[in-house]
Amino acid sequence: MKKWNLIVDVEKCHNSNNCFLSVADEYMGNEHPGYSTAMPKHGHHWINILRNERGQAPMVDVAYVPTMCNHCDDAPCIKAAENDAVIKRPDGIVIIDPEKAVGQKQIVDACPYGAVWWNEEKDLPQAWIFDAHLLDRGWKEPRPVQACPTGALKSVLIEDDSMQKRAEDEGLEVLHPEQGTKPRVYYKNLNLYSKCFIGGSVIADIDGVEECIEKAFVLLSKEGSKIGETWSDAFGDFKIDDLEPGSGSYEVEISHPDHSSKTVSVSLGESTYIGTVKF
Amino acid sequence: MKLSFILFALPWLLRMKAWRYKEFSKRLKERNITVQMKVADDSKGRFYTFKDGRIVSTNGMHPSPDVCISFKSEAIAVALLMPPIDYQVQIDAIKNFNLIAKGPDELVTWFSETVMMSQTIGWEFGTSVESGETRYVNNTNGGPVFVYVKDGKIVRITPIEFQADDGETWTVKARGKEFSPPRKTTISPHGLASKSMVYSKDRNLYPMKRVDFDPNGDRNCQNRGVSEYERISWDEALDIVTSEIKRMNRQYGPGAIYAARSSHHTWGNVGYYISAYQKFINIIGATTTLLNPDSWEGWYWGAMHHYGHSMRNGAAEIYGQVEDCLQEAEMIVYWSSDPEVTNGVYGSFEGTVRRQWAKELGIEMVHIDPFLNETAAFMGGKWLAPRPTTSPALAQALTYVWIKEDLYDKDYVEKRTTGFDKWSAYIMGKDEDGVSKTPEWAEAETGVPAREIRALARKWASKKTYLSAGGMGTTLGGACRSATGAQWARSMICLMAMQGLGKPGINFGGLQFGSPIDYNFYFPGYAEGGFNGDGQNSANGVSLYQRMPHLISMNPTQQSIPRLKLPEAIMEGKAEGYPIDIRSIEGQFFPVKYPSPGHSPAKMMYKYGSSYIGTQPDSNRYVKMYRTDDLEFVVSQSIWNEGEVKFADVILPACTNFERWDIGEWANPGGYGHDWVGQLNHRVIGMQHKCIEPLGESKPDYQIFQCILTRLGHSAYFTQGHREIDWVKRMFDASDLPKGISWKKFCTKGYYVVPAEKEALRQPTSYKWFADGEKKNVQEPHPLPGAYGEDFLEGLQTQSGKIEFESQSLKRFAQDPERPPLNKYIPSWEGIHTSDLFEKYPLQLVSPHARYSFHTKGDGKDSSINDIKDHRVNIDGYFYWLVRISVTDANVREIKENDLVKLYNDRGAVICAARLTERLMPGVIHCRQASAVYDPLGDPGKSADRGGCVNLLTSKRMQTKKVHSAAYNSCLIEIEKWDGTDAIQSVKGSAEELIPAE
Repeated sequence: MKKWNLIVDVEKCHNSNNCFLSVADEYMGNEHPGYSTAMPKHGHHWINILRNERGQAPMVDVAYVPTMCNHCDDAPCIKAAENDAVIKRPDGIVIIDPEKAVGQKQIVDACPYGAVWWNEEKDLPQAWIFDAHLLDRGWKEPRPVQACPTGALKSVLIEDDSMQKRAEDEGLEVLHPEQGTKPRVYYKNLNLYSKCFIGGSVIADIDGVEECIEKAFVLLSKEGSKIGETWSDAFGDFKIDDLEPGSGSYEVEISHPDHSSKTVSVSLGESTYIGTVKF
Repeated sequence: MKLSFILFALPWLLRMKAWRYKEFSKRLKERNITVQMKVADDSKGRFYTFKDGRIVSTNGMHPSPDVCISFKSEAIAVALLMPPIDYQVQIDAIKNFNLIAKGPDELVTWFSETVMMSQTIGWEFGTSVESGETRYVNNTNGGPVFVYVKDGKIVRITPIEFQADDGETWTVKARGKEFSPPRKTTISPHGLASKSMVYSKDRNLYPMKRVDFDPNGDRNCQNRGVSEYERISWDEALDIVTSEIKRMNRQYGPGAIYAARSSHHTWGNVGYYISAYQKFINIIGATTTLLNPDSWEGWYWGAMHHYGHSMRNGAAEIYGQVEDCLQEAEMIVYWSSDPEVTNGVYGSFEGTVRRQWAKELGIEMVHIDPFLNETAAFMGGKWLAPRPTTSPALAQALTYVWIKEDLYDKDYVEKRTTGFDKWSAYIMGKDEDGVSKTPEWAEAETGVPAREIRALARKWASKKTYLSAGGMGTTLGGACRSATGAQWARSMICLMAMQGLGKPGINFGGLQFGSPIDYNFYFPGYAEGGFNGDGQNSANGVSLYQRMPHLISMNPTQQSIPRLKLPEAIMEGKAEGYPIDIRSIEGQFFPVKYPSPGHSPAKMMYKYGSSYIGTQPDSNRYVKMYRTDDLEFVVSQSIWNEGEVKFADVILPACTNFERWDIGEWANPGGYGHDWVGQLNHRVIGMQHKCIEPLGESKPDYQIFQCILTRLGHSAYFTQGHREIDWVKRMFDASDLPKGISWKKFCTKGYYVVPAEKEALRQPTSYKWFADGEKKNVQEPHPLPGAYGEDFLEGLQTQSGKIEFESQSLKRFAQDPERPPLNKYIPSWEGIHTSDLFEKYPLQLVSPHARYSFHTKGDGKDSSINDIKDHRVNIDGYFYWLVRISVTDANVREIKENDLVKLYNDRGAVICAARLTERLMPGVIHCRQASAVYDPLGDPGKSADRGGCVNLLTSKRMQTKKVHSAAYNSCLIEIEKWDGTDAIQSVKGSAEELIPAE
């Protein structure tokens, strides 16, 4: 049977917040009987965009990661709920029953992603229901996907086997796979958020003038093993990405046919711009 | 015979409609009057007696009808009454007194509208969709939308997804790939959040009066901004406003009524500010606001002197650049350009997908901005971060490298430009200035390493490069709104003149403008003035006036107040500014003085729309102005109770454009914004359905104006017997829409997608003609024929017809030493060189346009925008405005993430929530402008504000002496952790003393 999945491309998300606003528009002040009750006017982020600014000026990049109910196939919230208050639909969508779930705060606590929000006024756990009420009416995609200006969000209605294949082919990841919850929300280019880079700028004095050095060869190694390599660009800048945060010391060796090599040691916590390296 | 028949048939028509439609039957019951229709010489006539909804029709003459409509002759009567109505004939008859309506204005209007209504009463609107919802269409400042309504309430607002039979989409072929945009509209956050604003708790739902305001006694002007309000009836409110209008004219004479508006708080060709509001102002006669070209500034006052384009406020041609850029360009330099935030203008995220294509094609990106802006973060590429206001120095150093290393297009410079020798001498330090503008010189000024300036210069010269200067490609950009704003914009033109502007792949633009759409399909932009009939202060005369004949209007009061000097004008009684006059390059040189000869100073303010306090520089001045007796009466007509509405004596509650009828095209201003639809992937023209009834007692602006004018006897002139829906139909008929869609379908479906242009007919690329030495071939009606120096369509608007490195217009003007003919670098009058001030306030503040709100639209008013983490921050239940501070500057001040901090200088203080970032170099503070919330903690105007009005801190000084322009981004401040008090600061001294006087 075909089921719903969501693919989030971190590289394409530019924080327009149209997904968040679509959800706000769809659920604030609106009752969708059998699906959800109105979202509070403020304070809930059923779609919650995380931000990671990596590096230091002037070498900085920014990644945004929209997070939401993962509609897990092995959802802790379903287990935590009493009275079948959280159900898994045949199409993969997880719905917190707005009547049965009243008073069940443990549903909020059960979610390892913090994607379930507690509605104080209604004494109710709430999450984004994938706009199931609209899909059931024949909508082709949920509203956050419709309103996304960059194509960072894609909803996919396919068989689980096909989705698994697609995940493998496209290198899709899920959040916190170690939790074993089997999320239906997949991420592409998540490394832009979760991994680190080491970058720098190669310069030299040439004829008494400081210049950017293009095409310097940069070799990154750890404990003698090569981790990555790259070339500096026209501004002398280089960047080696996809490193684990807090992964300790690295050696950056920079060489160029016209200059003698330089080596810099880096202890990597978060992404690091090592500044200028002068031949 | 014919006339007798028409007059006989008319009541039957009305009766039939009343029988069929309850609403019309109700309408007929509204008035018990007698209407006479006749030939002027009484040779033929019939009168109708309306009583309790019934109509008695009698042949002959009534001795004393309430309303008498007379026609000069029977032939004229027949011509005017025989459907379909020819409005050209009707207008001619009115203008030439061949058609005269006598009787109380209100009754004449009622009868005319009733007859019009008989034509419109059966129209059906909207599309029924599932779950008992009806889907309507509307427009916002950030894109057209579907509006789903159930039981009289808006359920949701979404972008528009096209159907298979909607107009087709274009495809661009570039480097072996084909690109085509998605078949739907995009939407800006402030458009998408509209529902939350419609149902905001901050809506003005009832007419209100300040409790201690007594129009016949003590006005207590000093209590504005502090006193509470009480609800009053519409009648009472309108009586007060009308009697004050009359009193102003009686007591002071022309000029005493001052009209001030905002732009951008609603959308639609009928109800928008240039239409209904402007006609209203013209009718009552009022001192108007002399606008500064607020988003253009440096382009208007500077750039146009080198290459013309006065009718675009100094912006460049905007055609064909999407294809050319994708096919040819190797690099795009975004300089003070953040289209992912500013969305062109009204263009939502239409350019976004095109920029993604550029990325896919491997076009390199460079971003020059003190802040690593959202476009830079999205696109990637090299970020150069010059200190605020120093970009002109960076541009000069690039020029230096190009000259020194022989990296420019000599042939182009020789054939297409003038004055290069002088420019070169200045740059190389070979003139009286004697300073070489080397990269090292620029590094000291800008903070950008000299080596990177050299690298950029070489890269730029070796690659076919597009320059996106400002968010639109040319124009806008924070760099144009500082003391060096004109210098920066001028330098952008001079750079492109050295690299061959108009050659393949070398042009202005950042893929925001120049889509291959159909530019010839006519639909009026809002700046064509709707039904205002004002040929002087709108583009009404260009096309719309002929296509939709209507009455002309002119403002009899020839006085205006320069907007940036409004507080001084009111409190000191005089002010001088310079106009936006786009006829010619020289239009901007004429000083405008307030007060005008023989005119009264302004004593009453009619404020329409949103806030000045969030958007105008040094805005504590405005607060102080409101709290003086100099303004005897302030009426605010506003949708929300925000910003300075709380300083009004009477508040008139207006409704949003979701609660009234209108029509409009997305991103189409026309006039000054000719062909701005070129930023869209699809032209979408929308019926703006009245989706719900106005909330509370709020009314459409059109109807509020009509109510006031009825009391003054002008409503028939204002409305021409039209209700808003009648103007919507007129606008439809006046456009090319009937060629594409029937009125009936337009009413239900609600929108029309203009099919893409045929590939063979696409617009040529801007400036290609110029680079090739041919006649101008892009389809813009600029410049005026007389502005061509020699042959028509030959060359640019400049005196030489070429790009002038030494501007001849500034040379002729010769009155502004800060704008010399050569674009010399003059450091900002508030910045790193103003040492005493810099010592006290060592941080440079940039306050660019907001991302999620549009000016004050979308912000505050309890909208869901407030919950966006990068817009405001909820701390202890209060939504604070966000300020970005570099980690370095924060550490020095022991400021942590989400700390409440005070931004201050001698002008004021603002409390914001701190966001620590590496996206700024140390020494620079980033805090977006245009908060809709002004929330002084103590005495208004004299205490810290926690609403986020960062313009309390910016300078009122003009960029240069002989202009009318704001310099928001020349601003020095200090930041500290907020101590919880309302104090502006403890440090003594005054910025006004430290900054040299103008």
